[in-house]
Amino acid sequence: MTSTTTDQIGASGDGIMRAADGTPLKRSLARALRREKLRSFLLILPLLAFITLTFLMPIADMLFRSVENGIVQETIPRTVVALKDWDASSGELPSEEVFAAFQQDFTEAFKNKTHTRLGLRLNYDEPGMSGLFRKSGRKATQLEPPYREGFIDIDQDWGKLETWRVIKRASPSLTDGYFLAAVDAERTSDGLQMKPEKERIYLYLFWRTMFLSIVITVSCLLLGYPIAYLLANLPLRTSNLLMILVLLPFWTSLLVRTSAWKVLLQQQGVVNDTLVWLGIIDTTSRLELINNQTGTIIAMTHILLPFMILPLFSVMKTISPSYVRAAKSLGANDWTAFWRVYFPQTVPGIGAGAILVFILSIGYYITPELVGGTSGIFISNRIAYHISTSLNWGLAAALGTILLGLVLLLFYVYDKIVGIDNVKLG
Amino acid sequence: MSSNRGAAVRFESVQKSYDGETLVVKNLNLDIARGEFLTMLGPSGSGKTTCLMMLAGFEPATHGEIFLNDRPINNVPPHKRGIGMVFQNYALFPHMSVAENLAFPLQVRGMDRSEQERRIKRALDMVELGRFGSRRPAQLSGGQQQRVAVARALVFDPELVLMDEPLGALDKQLREQMQYEIKHIHENLGVSIVYVTHDQTEALTMSDRVAVFNDGVIQQLSAPDVLYENPQNSFVAQFIGENNKLTGEVTEMNGGQCKVRLEDGTELVADAVNVDGVGGKTTISLRPERIEVVPTDQHENHVEGMVEELIYLGDHIRVRMKVAGNDEFIVKVRNRGERWDLEQGQTRTIGWSARDCKALDAVA
Ligand SMILES: Nc1ncnc2c1ncn2[C@@H]1O[C@H](COP(=O)(O)OP(=O)(O)OP(=O)(O)O)[C@@H](O)[C@H]1O
Ligand SMILES: [Mg+2]
Repeated sequence: MTSTTTDQIGASGDGIMRAADGTPLKRSLARALRREKLRSFLLILPLLAFITLTFLMPIADMLFRSVENGIVQETIPRTVVALKDWDASSGELPSEEVFAAFQQDFTEAFKNKTHTRLGLRLNYDEPGMSGLFRKSGRKATQLEPPYREGFIDIDQDWGKLETWRVIKRASPSLTDGYFLAAVDAERTSDGLQMKPEKERIYLYLFWRTMFLSIVITVSCLLLGYPIAYLLANLPLRTSNLLMILVLLPFWTSLLVRTSAWKVLLQQQGVVNDTLVWLGIIDTTSRLELINNQTGTIIAMTHILLPFMILPLFSVMKTISPSYVRAAKSLGANDWTAFWRVYFPQTVPGIGAGAILVFILSIGYYITPELVGGTSGIFISNRIAYHISTSLNWGLAAALGTILLGLVLLLFYVYDKIVGIDNVKLG
Repeated sequence: MSSNRGAAVRFESVQKSYDGETLVVKNLNLDIARGEFLTMLGPSGSGKTTCLMMLAGFEPATHGEIFLNDRPINNVPPHKRGIGMVFQNYALFPHMSVAENLAFPLQVRGMDRSEQERRIKRALDMVELGRFGSRRPAQLSGGQQQRVAVARALVFDPELVLMDEPLGALDKQLREQMQYEIKHIHENLGVSIVYVTHDQTEALTMSDRVAVFNDGVIQQLSAPDVLYENPQNSFVAQFIGENNKLTGEVTEMNGGQCKVRLEDGTELVADAVNVDGVGGKTTISLRPERIEVVPTDQHENHVEGMVEELIYLGDHIRVRMKVAGNDEFIVKVRNRGERWDLEQGQTRTIGWSARDCKALDAVA
């Protein structure tokens, strides 16, 4: 009996466990597991392909766009080469060769109609470049040597050192310019520095986005916690009804809900009218509840509330009422039983809800756009502006990348403090 | 009132309704003596947990009053009652270690740290879990969790401990072991324990007295042996231990005994425990091990029966017979190594004495 088992599976002379066919047990186990893994991989393959195509690749593209700067090299390749020998700090204009190369590049660019795009790109670094390129247009293509004087004749700006410094600075195919702009910094002839006080907007916008998202998350938690508690503890019939009410907002479009807040919160709106009617405020001092931060906070708290309630509810649902009873039977009053026994068990739900609401709100766009006015808009509104209006995709990409980095950083901090495995979504 | 002084717990005509239509507990009167181990036994839904919850303060009594050490407690909130409780699912706080779980009742009482530690150690040693103080409940086996729950309910020295089916989740062997441990703890500490179970063996092994519940009413409140030997009604006879039922009509009353005619005409003599007098319907209750397959003259009752099935069980042989139209009639024959010539299909006379057979109320 014993001998047969050692023959089949068991330690051989060298102490390695072997399967029936003599291969080491570890290896046959690994082979069996590999087959299993391959099968499960095939199952997730369609989703993986979909996510790669629609999520990972756009993100990679965005990350790349935020530093990509091929346009200068592509449009005026000879000039870029010629400018290499020019010392920008020499105080002298580039040589005639540079101008000759530039004339040649420009003529070609004009033919391909790409010179205005280059002008637009350089305009991000130095206002006025776009106009200069557009204005030079056809005239520059007809220039005869000496080109330097020719260009300066077309526009005095061609004779300015700063113009050529901008072009030289923008020559490399990768740039940190978008990122600098995204944090309100710039690279001038004096080196790296912050933009003048009144031109800074993005750092403040980032800060505001974070701050408002935190406020919204906290107010969702304060409002959602008691509701989730009720949902989890009421008799089934009542709690089902309540659950429908919680989910009701999902049945109407986001736009409609946000517009409804406009109607409710405006100065002649329902809320203000009611407060005046109740005599709580005077009709001359109606509250400004919309088109500012208050509006954004109120409307977004309302819209994101279910995302706080649902994870909280699903966690609370699993907490047996006998815990609180046990605490009370052990001598704890209502508050102690809640705070020391019930609340700690809901922390995973709070974590999940808070992360969900915070991440959703930090990238929210429609609601701040509609009810935020100027003081209540988020960084995402600025990103949208650069994508669809100013067409500065590089800057939009840099802002997006920073936002992504911030979120990941917060995740990391959260993981360090609370522990990501302490999050329970259902 | 004064006659009841000294009871640890007293229920005085307590009623309970959850929905305002049906009474879950109907007029409960119960005294529990100090240091007593009282078990509430009954089928599912008979109101045992409800009674316990009213005592612990988690459910208000609809009517009546509950006294704890002669003090009415209807308006005392649960946390001021000082009653230890062991829940069926143990309700150990999952986010606290074992020691923290035990410290909880001491902390809320504002006990100082060294005293806390002394008591925690004592309680853990009592349930033989001294080394497990730093574990989380999830890292313990079911039996260990159960002990922690017991330790936690006792650590603050309550005079009364309630246990609602505390062993329900354990396997048979562990359950029996825990039964003895709880019993020993009870004997050593002298606390009063109210214990809920629907396992009759558990009730009989552990308790000083057992209250058999059915339908919100205590059917009988007696010591375990009395419950088995002298059931007061058919429900108790049927619920506790194995029991043979024979239905018939009382034809004659004779002191403590009566004559009963079964439906097929057989006449029996039985103890008249719970009968309405001559002409009344009755159910005869008879324990399977009190029946003789070779009856003698000492047995007042002799009856014909047919052997339907024989099951050999080692220490005894279980014989299913058809007696007076009842083919679920069980006889337990002790295995003494003798041959009884029992065979399937055989018709033979069996017998039992009158005092082993109780005439009880007729069941519907
Ligand atoms: N919270 C409640 N609301 C309404 N009815 C209840 C509630 N709790 C119990 N009941 C009802 O009261 C009756 C008695 O329940 P109880 O829990 O006391 O029974 P039990 O004897 O403990 O049964 P088990 O052995 O199954 O635990 C049952 O019919 C039950 O349906
Ligand atoms: Mg129960």
